[in-house]
Amino acid sequence: MKIYFELNGRPQYVEVEPGESLLSLLRRLGMKSVKEGCGTGECGVCTVLLDGKPIRSCITFAPKVQGKRVTTLEGLGTLEDPHPLQRAFVEAGAVQCGFCTPGMILTAYALLQENPAPAPYEVREYLVGNLCRCTGYKKIVDAVLLAAKWKREGRWR
Amino acid sequence: MAVILKAKREVVGQNVLKVDGLPLATGQPKFTLDMDLPGALVGKILYSPYAHAEIVSIDTSEAEKVPGVACILHYGNVPRVPYTTAGQGWPEPSPYDTVLFDKKVRYVGDRVAAVAAETEEAALEALRKIKVEYKVLPAVFTVEEALAPGAPIIHDEEDAEGIYDAKRNIAAAVDVPIGNIEKGFAESDVVVEATCELPYSQHAAMEPHCVIAYFDEDGRLVIRSSTQVPFHIRRVVSRVLGIPIHRIRVVKPRIGGGFGSKQEIILEPVAAALALRTGRPVKMALSREEVFVSTRTIHPAKVRVKLGAKKDGTLHAIELEAILNTGAYGAHGGTTLYNVGSKALPLYNKARNLRFHGKAVYTNLPVAGAYRGYGANQGFFGLEIAMDMLAEKLGMDPIELRLRNHIRTGETSPIFEKLGEGREGKPQVIRSCALEECLRIGAERIGWYEKRRNPRRKGPWAYGVGLACAMQGSGITGVDMAAATLIMNEDGSFRLLVGATDLGTGSDTVLAQIAAEVLGVPVEKISVYSSDTDFTPFDKGAYASSTTYVSGNAVLKAAEEVKRQILEVASEILEEPAEGLILAGGKVVSERTGREVSLSEVGHRAFYVANQRQIAATASFACPESPPPFAAFFAEVAVDTETGIVRVEKFVVVADCGQPIHPKLAEGQLEGAVVQGIGHALYEEMLFSERGSTVNSTFFDYRIPTVLDVPEIEAILVPSDEPTGPFGAKSIAEVGIDGPVPAISNAIYHAVGVRLTRAPFTPERILAALRTKDKERKG
Ligand code: FES
Ligand code: FES
Repeated sequence: MKIYFELNGRPQYVEVEPGESLLSLLRRLGMKSVKEGCGTGECGVCTVLLDGKPIRSCITFAPKVQGKRVTTLEGLGTLEDPHPLQRAFVEAGAVQCGFCTPGMILTAYALLQENPAPAPYEVREYLVGNLCRCTGYKKIVDAVLLAAKWKREGRWR
Repeated sequence: MAVILKAKREVVGQNVLKVDGLPLATGQPKFTLDMDLPGALVGKILYSPYAHAEIVSIDTSEAEKVPGVACILHYGNVPRVPYTTAGQGWPEPSPYDTVLFDKKVRYVGDRVAAVAAETEEAALEALRKIKVEYKVLPAVFTVEEALAPGAPIIHDEEDAEGIYDAKRNIAAAVDVPIGNIEKGFAESDVVVEATCELPYSQHAAMEPHCVIAYFDEDGRLVIRSSTQVPFHIRRVVSRVLGIPIHRIRVVKPRIGGGFGSKQEIILEPVAAALALRTGRPVKMALSREEVFVSTRTIHPAKVRVKLGAKKDGTLHAIELEAILNTGAYGAHGGTTLYNVGSKALPLYNKARNLRFHGKAVYTNLPVAGAYRGYGANQGFFGLEIAMDMLAEKLGMDPIELRLRNHIRTGETSPIFEKLGEGREGKPQVIRSCALEECLRIGAERIGWYEKRRNPRRKGPWAYGVGLACAMQGSGITGVDMAAATLIMNEDGSFRLLVGATDLGTGSDTVLAQIAAEVLGVPVEKISVYSSDTDFTPFDKGAYASSTTYVSGNAVLKAAEEVKRQILEVASEILEEPAEGLILAGGKVVSERTGREVSLSEVGHRAFYVANQRQIAATASFACPESPPPFAAFFAEVAVDTETGIVRVEKFVVVADCGQPIHPKLAEGQLEGAVVQGIGHALYEEMLFSERGSTVNSTFFDYRIPTVLDVPEIEAILVPSDEPTGPFGAKSIAEVGIDGPVPAISNAIYHAVGVRLTRAPFTPERILAALRTKDKERKG
C-alpha cells in the first residue's frame, strides 16, 4: 500500500507493507538515526516524534503515520547547524556511545515543547522510558536542563 | 565538581568536546548497520532448544527449498577448527573449546546452524524448516552439580585444548598460597568469614550485536562489526576459515556500548563463512532476545572470604576462594578467575598470609565472558563485606580499618608476582595511590560519621550508610600492546591513526588530547581514525581498562617523535639548533631570537620545498606494569522494613585515576559504572527454567536501571600522578562497577542489621533476612 506523510518537513509518498514497522520504514528512507535496541517497545532507543509526540517506532505500524508529521533526529539539526539540544548533549557529556542519544534528544525535545522550565524530577519522569546503559543518566538530565535554560534565555524556541 | 590538576596544561585535563559527540548527537550514520550494502543477504542462526544434546542428524532439504535461501551452514559442511571466542592476545589463555558448528550443543541458545537468505522472512522460515534430531543428554545447571562425581561431561570432544580438567567440568583452576594461612588464622585475634554470591547478569549494551561481512572489489573479506577487538577478530576469523590475515580487513565503526560483551568473537566468523560460501554480502543483527539467550554474561560467582586480624585491626591472614560458573564454554573463565584474586587481594597488602584458590566450572547455562570489572567486582563483593564484618567485630570504624590496611604509594603486594593473566604475573610497586584522600572526601560528602552514629528512622523506613573500596588495573602487564601512527598534513593539522577501539567511552577524544598537548595544537587539529585493521596499527582492543594508559602511552610516544621531526624542519627554516625551539600554539618559536615559524610553513616545506619528507611516526607501547586506579564508594540507603524495598538515597564515588585527561568523560565512566553496579545490587538477575532456558530475555522482564531508579550520584575525581602514565593518567572504565554491590549491602546492614550476601538484594530477600533475624532474636 502507498502512504503519504511528512518526514522532517518534507512530503513522502511511499510504498509500505501493512505489517511494516515505522522503524523499518524510516531506516529504509535513510533516517539512520532511528535505532533499534529491543524491537519490542521496551527501551525507547527508536523514539521518533509523531505530530510532535514521542512514540516508539518499533511497535508502530508504518501505515499509522498516514497524513501525519514524523520527526527524526535528522529533522532537528545538522552537523553544520546542530539544534541547541544536540549541542547541549555534547557539552554536558551526555553522549557516550550515542546509541540511545537520538531517542533521548527527541523525547527531551517533546518535553521542552510542553514544559520549557522542567524541574529535574520532571525531566527524569519524562525520560523514564528511555534506557541508557552508558551514562548513568546524570549527564543526560544535566543536558536537558542546560538546553531548557538556553530556551528560556531565548536562544531557541 | 572540581579537579585540581598538577600542572596547567592546554588540552590535557580540559573538558574538550568529544570528537565524535556532534556526529552522534545529530544522528550521522556511524554505526555498523547504518551502511546499506546493495544485495546483502540476511544471516540468521538456529539455536539449540536443549541444554545438552547430541545432534543425531540434521536435514536441510526442506529449508533449502524456501525461496530466497542462499546458504545453510551446520557442522556437516564447515571445517572443524577449535578456537576460543574470547578476544584476547595470542596465545589466548582461554581454552580452545568452541567450533563454528558442533555435533553437540551445550546450552539452550547454542549455535546449531546458520542461514543466509534474501530476506529476513525467508531466513526465519528456513530456520523453522531445518529438521534436527537430537539425543538429549543429562544437563547440569549449578557448579555443584557439574562438580559432582559422575556428572555429565560437557566438553568430551577430543580436539579441545587448554581445558584444566575436562572430565570434571573444570575449565580453569588456581591455588596460590603465600605465607602460612593456617598459622595466620591461628595467630589472629579476630576471624570473620563471608560467602557472597553474584548471579547471572548481562551487559545489556543498547546496541545488540551485529556485523556485516562482504568481499571488496579486490576480493578481500571486509568485516564491519560492533566489536571491542578488531585485530583479534581478524586473527581468529583467519584461523577458523583458513583465510590469510592479509586478505581480511576488520572495521569497527561507532559501537553502541560493549562493557565486555563485544570483547567476544561471536557473529563475525559465522557472517564471514556465509559471505564466503555465497560470495554475497551478509548482514547479521541479533534481536534483544537473542542477545540475552545466546551471547555472553557476567561470570556468576560464589566468593568466600575469610579474614584474620590483630586486635589493632591489622590484617594478618586472608583466604579468598572463588567458584565461577563459566557456562557452556570457557571464554575468559580462567582469566576472570585469576582476576578475582589479583585485583582484590593486593588492596590490603598488610596481611602476610594469603591463599587464593578457586575454579571456573562448566555448566549447561549461557556462556559467561568478559564483563566490566572482570572478576574484580566478584572479589570485592566478598572482600568488602568481610571487611565490614571485621570492623564490627573489632568495634572499629570501617574507614579506620581500611586506612590501617590498604596499599600505599611505594608499597607492593606479593600477589602481583603470583597472579597474572591466567598465569604468573610480574612484580609491581604502586607509584600512585590517593585512596586515603578518596576515603576522607567520600566520608565528608556522605556525612559518614554523623550518619553512622545516629542512623535515621522514619516510619517503616530505616536508613543506613555503608562503604566499600576497590582497585582495578590499567591494561594487562606483559601482554597488552598498542600502537599509534601520527601523520602531519601540510597545513599543520594531523591524522591520528590508532587501533584503539572507542566503544563509547570517549577514548578517541582522550587520545587526541594527548597528541594535541604534545604538539601544541587544539584537538580540532587532530583527526582521529580508529579501529580499522587495514589503516590503523595494531592495538589489542578495548578491554582491561587499557586504552588511556596503554594506547595513550603509544600516542604520547608517537607525538613526541613527530614533535622532534617538526622541530628539525623548523630548525632548518630558522637556521638555528632544534634544542632552543619551542613547539606551542600552532607554531615553533625560537627561545633565543623570538623568531617563529608556523606549523603550516613547516608542513609545506617538508612536503614541497627542501629536504622533502613526510613528518610522521608510529610508536608502540607494551604494558610493563598495570597501575591500579583506586576508588571509595559510599552508599546511603533506605530500607522499608514492611515491604523489603531498598532505595539508594545517595551514592558517592571518589576515584583516583591519576591525572584525568578529560575529567568529564572520566566522571561519565564512573557514573555509568556505578549505575550498572546498582543494577547488579538491586535488580538484575537472569533466570532460567528447569530445562535451562533463559526466562527473562526482554527489558521488560530483565530490568536495568531507568533514570528514575538512579539516586543522586556524586562522582569525584581525586587526581594522583602516575609517573608511568601518559600525563600522569591511569584507567577509569571498570573500577566504578566494583563497589556498589558491597557498599549497598553494608549500608543495608547498617540500616536494618541483616547481611545480604546474595545479589540482587530484592524485597523478597530482604524480607526473608529480616524474618530470620526476628526469629533468631525471639530465640
Ligand atoms: S527499539 Fe523500540 S523501544 Fe526498543
Ligand atoms: S550513551 Fe550509550 S546507551 Fe546511552
